Amino acid sequence: MAGEAVTVDATGLLCPLPIIELAKAARGREPGTVLTVVCTDLAARVDVPAWARMTGHAFVGEKKTDGGAVALTVRLR
Amino acid sequence: MTNRTLEAFHAGLADGWADPSRLHTESRRARQLLDASREAIAEALGARPEHTHLTQSPHAALERVIAGVFTARRGRDRIVASAVERDATLHAAHHVSGGRVTTVAVDARGHVDLDALAAEVEVPDVALAAVQHANHEIGTVQRLARVAEITAAARVPLLVDATASIGHGPSPAHWDALVANPADWGGPAGLGVVALRPQTRWLPAWPEGDDWAPGGVLVPAVLAAAVALQERRELLDATSLRLHGLVARVREAASAWPGVDVVGDPDERLPHVVTFSCLYVDGEALLTRLDREGIAVGSGSACTTSTLEPSRVLAAVGALSHGNVRMGLHPGVTDADIDRLVALMPRVIAELRAEAGAPEVA
Repeated sequence: MAGEAVTVDATGLLCPLPIIELAKAARGREPGTVLTVVCTDLAARVDVPAWARMTGHAFVGEKKTDGGAVALTVRLR
Repeated sequence: MTNRTLEAFHAGLADGWADPSRLHTESRRARQLLDASREAIAEALGARPEHTHLTQSPHAALERVIAGVFTARRGRDRIVASAVERDATLHAAHHVSGGRVTTVAVDARGHVDLDALAAEVEVPDVALAAVQHANHEIGTVQRLARVAEITAAARVPLLVDATASIGHGPSPAHWDALVANPADWGGPAGLGVVALRPQTRWLPAWPEGDDWAPGGVLVPAVLAAAVALQERRELLDATSLRLHGLVARVREAASAWPGVDVVGDPDERLPHVVTFSCLYVDGEALLTRLDREGIAVGSGSACTTSTLEPSRVLAAVGALSHGNVRMGLHPGVTDADIDRLVALMPRVIAELRAEAGAPEVA
């Protein structure tokens, strides 16, 4: 369903695993799906926007979580 | 080091072993070798020998020139630096200014934002601006003529870190203070060079007065550095043209590999540096795999650093930081080496992706 929101927990994983998990979660989803990956790996803050650019999706933004992780959100196209 | 550089080093050990600051015959000979070598290096940098100072490392050169120029700018206590300067520059700037450092963003190809730079240096608290000549990670060469126009209009001294570029292309023309690294042009490690314009003011911010290298520099190393630079300059046009072409081949090939991000400016760049990042690939595994194939490369990926932080330069240009490969082609690299690399990489990338359980890349 378009506009669906999905969250992927990638806390504790190091690069490139959070991005691999994000890509797996994106597979087969409708355009418009909002996908959030929660990471503790510092590289993900650079790599999620870069992944979105390289794969034609839109990076929405990042937010700190209460647990000290960062939640990075993309919208699939 | 080449044979000629090694021979110079040996000759320096034979004739320049004495302390050049003393007055006996051997010392005077060492002093002559040191002065002649410094003169040759200064000439190659487009600098005056009397304003060219040797230090014990490129780091020491950056630290001393930042401290010296900053200290002469009394009442101004902020340092402006591009976001892609070396850690050594930013660390020295933070140390000297008590953390009053403003970084200026770069665009996706790594060029400093000139409007943002102009806005920063116009503020009258700026002591110094640091903009590198070329980036050692992604190869992008800054538009220094325009940068220098901006800093000159604001009467702010411009420090240019040329540690990645001297010996690989023309020396930069626009600077008030310049730092160079002899090891990067094929000279020995353990030396740094600072060149200042005659009008660039500085004060010794250290206890040894006007001595930029307390304890002295190794005279044979300075002689070898001068000879290495001379040798590089004789072959510069031919070598840099050839390497520029080889890098263009790697960049072109890599941009056709699926899920590969080629970083930096395709044209305004160092001739010998190429950087790309491979989606879903572990940088450390990639380095190990290439090393087994006899290909030594660097990486800016977080997993290859002790801090697990990705390269600040890759972050600044918005490039993918994982699966990063950084190559500096030395003058001995051949067409056949590049053929082999270009044939090998897609297979290696595909294998590492499969091992990591990564999805297909279109």
